[in-house]
Amino acid sequence: MLEQIVFTIAFVSAIAFFIYRLSRIYRYIKSAKPLKLTGGRKRLARIFRIAIGHSKLFKNPLVGFLHAIVFWGFIIVNIEMLEIIFDGIFGTHRSLAFLGNGYTILLSLFEIFAFAVIIASVVFLARRNIVKIRRFWNREMTTWPRTDATIILVTEILLMASILVMNASDIALQAKGHAHYPAVGTFLVSGLMQPWFAGMSEANLIFLERFAWWFHIIGVLLFMNYITFSKHLHIFFSFFNVYFSKLAPLGKMRNMPDINREVKLMLNPGAGNSAPPAEDTRFGAKDATDLHWPNLLGAFSCTECGRCTAACPAHITGKKLSPRKIVMDLRDRVENSGAAILKQGKAFDDKKDLFSHITHQELWACTTCNACVEECPVNIDPLAVILEMRRFLVLEQGSAPGPLNAMFSNIENNGAPWQYAADDRTNWTENLSFKKQQS
Amino acid sequence: MNNPSLKVPVMADLAAREKSPEYLFWVGCAGAYDDRYKKVTRAFTKILLHLQTDFAILGKEERCTGDPARRAGNEMLFQMMALTNIELLNAYRVKKIITICPHCFNIFKNEYPELGGNYEVIHHTQFLRQMLDQGKIKMDKNTTVDALITYHDPCYLGRGNQEYDSAREVLKKMGTPVTEMKRSREKALCCGAGGGQMFKEAEEGDKEVFMERTEEALQTRANIIASSCPFCMAMLTDGIKYKDKEESVKNQDIAELLANYLEL
Repeated sequence: MLEQIVFTIAFVSAIAFFIYRLSRIYRYIKSAKPLKLTGGRKRLARIFRIAIGHSKLFKNPLVGFLHAIVFWGFIIVNIEMLEIIFDGIFGTHRSLAFLGNGYTILLSLFEIFAFAVIIASVVFLARRNIVKIRRFWNREMTTWPRTDATIILVTEILLMASILVMNASDIALQAKGHAHYPAVGTFLVSGLMQPWFAGMSEANLIFLERFAWWFHIIGVLLFMNYITFSKHLHIFFSFFNVYFSKLAPLGKMRNMPDINREVKLMLNPGAGNSAPPAEDTRFGAKDATDLHWPNLLGAFSCTECGRCTAACPAHITGKKLSPRKIVMDLRDRVENSGAAILKQGKAFDDKKDLFSHITHQELWACTTCNACVEECPVNIDPLAVILEMRRFLVLEQGSAPGPLNAMFSNIENNGAPWQYAADDRTNWTENLSFKKQQS
Repeated sequence: MNNPSLKVPVMADLAAREKSPEYLFWVGCAGAYDDRYKKVTRAFTKILLHLQTDFAILGKEERCTGDPARRAGNEMLFQMMALTNIELLNAYRVKKIITICPHCFNIFKNEYPELGGNYEVIHHTQFLRQMLDQGKIKMDKNTTVDALITYHDPCYLGRGNQEYDSAREVLKKMGTPVTEMKRSREKALCCGAGGGQMFKEAEEGDKEVFMERTEEALQTRANIIASSCPFCMAMLTDGIKYKDKEESVKNQDIAELLANYLEL
C-alpha cells in the first residue's frame, strides 16, 4: 500500500510539473508576434515525411538509421509505461500478462528495441566524445550543451538497461516458482541474460527486480521534466516545428506589411485612408518577442545537432556566424526573459535583448544561402532570425556596415547597387551581331 | 564576314506601336553594367534573337528589384523599388519575365506577388531547357564540346527555389561530360556573394567563401566551371584568377556555352 501511495504521489506530481513547464513554454512562444498559417494538409504530409519518415536525417543513412531506432524505440518501449503505471497505482504485477503469447511477443519486441537503443546511444556517445565529430565541438558547444547531450544519452542507456534487468530478474524469479512472480514466459533479450541471474538468491533477485522497476519509472518521470530544460525538448517540439515550418520556397523572405503601407503612402499620398503604424511598432527584431512565434518554437525544437553550422559557408570559412548559436541564443534569451514577460508583459525591460547574445559581426557574415534551413532535420529557420535582426539594425538603428549603406544610396539614386547611370543600361546592346549569317 | 548589327527590342518602343511582347527579358543590374556579365547578356540575347522570340527589354527604364537592399535589412528601400517596378511592369501589361539572375528570379517569383506584381517568372536556364525540350533549338550537330564541365548551383535557384535540373539538362543536351563537385545540388556551397556580401568586405574569418568554393570546383579537374548567376560568376571568376588558373580553367554561363555551341 505504501508503495502505491509513493508511486501515485510521484507520478501525479511529475505529470503536474511537466504540464506546468509546457504551459509556460507555450506562453513564452505565444508572447511573440502572431502569424497566421495556412496549408494544413501539406503540413500534415510533412509530419509523415520529415518527422516520422526522417526524410532529412536519412541523407546520412547510418545516422538516419540509428536515429530511427532511438525514435521508434522511444515510442514502442514507452508502451510498457502503461503497464508500469497501472501496476504502480493498483499494486498489481504485470497487469498485461493476461495477453498470453501476445504479451511475450510484445515484451520481446520492447526488449529488442531497448537493446537497439542502448547500442545506438553508445554509438552516439562515441561519435560525440571519441570520434569528436567537429559539429559537436564548435564554439557554442560549451560545457553545458555538451553535458546536456551526455546526460541524455547516458539516461537513455540506463532507462533501457533497467527494463532489461527488471525482466531478467523477473524471469529468474519465475523459474524459482516465486508466488508473486507467476510464469508469464521468457522474453527475447532478458532470456539470453539468464546465465548472469540464475545463480542469485531469491532475495537478491526480488531486490534487483524492484530496484530496476522503481529506477525505470522514477527515471522516466524525472527525465520527462529534465527534458523541458534541455535540448531534448526536441522529442516533443520537433513535430510541431515541422508542422508549422515555412511552406513557401526557401528563397522567399517574409513581407513587412507596416513598411509596405508606409511606402505606398509615400509614393501615393492621396491614396491613404490606411492608418500609419502604431507608435510602438518595432521594425525587425531587437528582442525575442519581436520575432514571429514559429521562430521561437524553432528555438525550443533545436537539439543542437549542428548540421546547420557544419553547412554554413560563413562558419566553414572561419567567420563568427554559427546558425546553431543563433538558435541557441534565441532560446536562452526566451528562457531568461520569459518569466518577466509573463509577469509584466512585452513592455518589461531588463536592459538586455537578443543583441546581448548575438553580435553584429555574426549577423553581417550571413550570405542568406539557406544551407542552414535546408540542412535542419526538423525545418528550423535560423535565417529568418538573422534577417529580422538585420532589419532592426537597418530600419531602427541605421547601423549597416558602410559599404552596404553605399549600396543602398546607389540603389536609391541610380536604381542599381553600383554607381552607374540609368542611361548606360543599354550599352551592352551596341554592336551585337551573330558570328555568321543566320539562315 | 560583316554581319548586320542586331537590334534589341525595347518595351517603350513596342508600347508606342501598341505592341506587347510575349516576354519581358529582365536584364538585371549586373547584366547591364558588369563587364563580364554583359557578355552573358549578349550571348543570351543572341539566342533569343536566333529563336525569333517575341521579347523586349525595359532598357533605360529598368531599375534594381531591391533584392540586395531587402537581404541587407533595408525593407523601406526594397518596398520603394518593388512598388515602382510593379507599377511599370503592370503598365506594360507584362505577363512573363525571363531573368538571367537567380536573385531577380526569386524576388519576382516569390516576393512581388504579395505586393501586387504577378508574373510568370522564368530563369534563363529554364527557358533554354524549354526551348530544347520543345525542339526549338536544334542540337543536330555531332560535335561535342571538348571539355569537362562542373556546374555550380546558385543558392537562389537551387535551395531557394528547388531548381537544380534545368542547367544540367542543357549541359547534357550539348553532350559535354559533366562532373559534380563534392557539395552540389541541395548541398551546394554558396559562392559567398549573397545576402549583400557582394557589396561589402567579408567579415573576419580564415578564408573567403569564394576561395573555398573555387578550390572545390578545381578539385573536379573540370576546365569549365559553369554557372548561371551574375554574382556567382563574379566570385568564381575572381577565385580562378587568385588561384592562377585563368589559362586552364574558364568560368562560363550556361547561356554562353549554348551560344558558343550554336555558333551564334
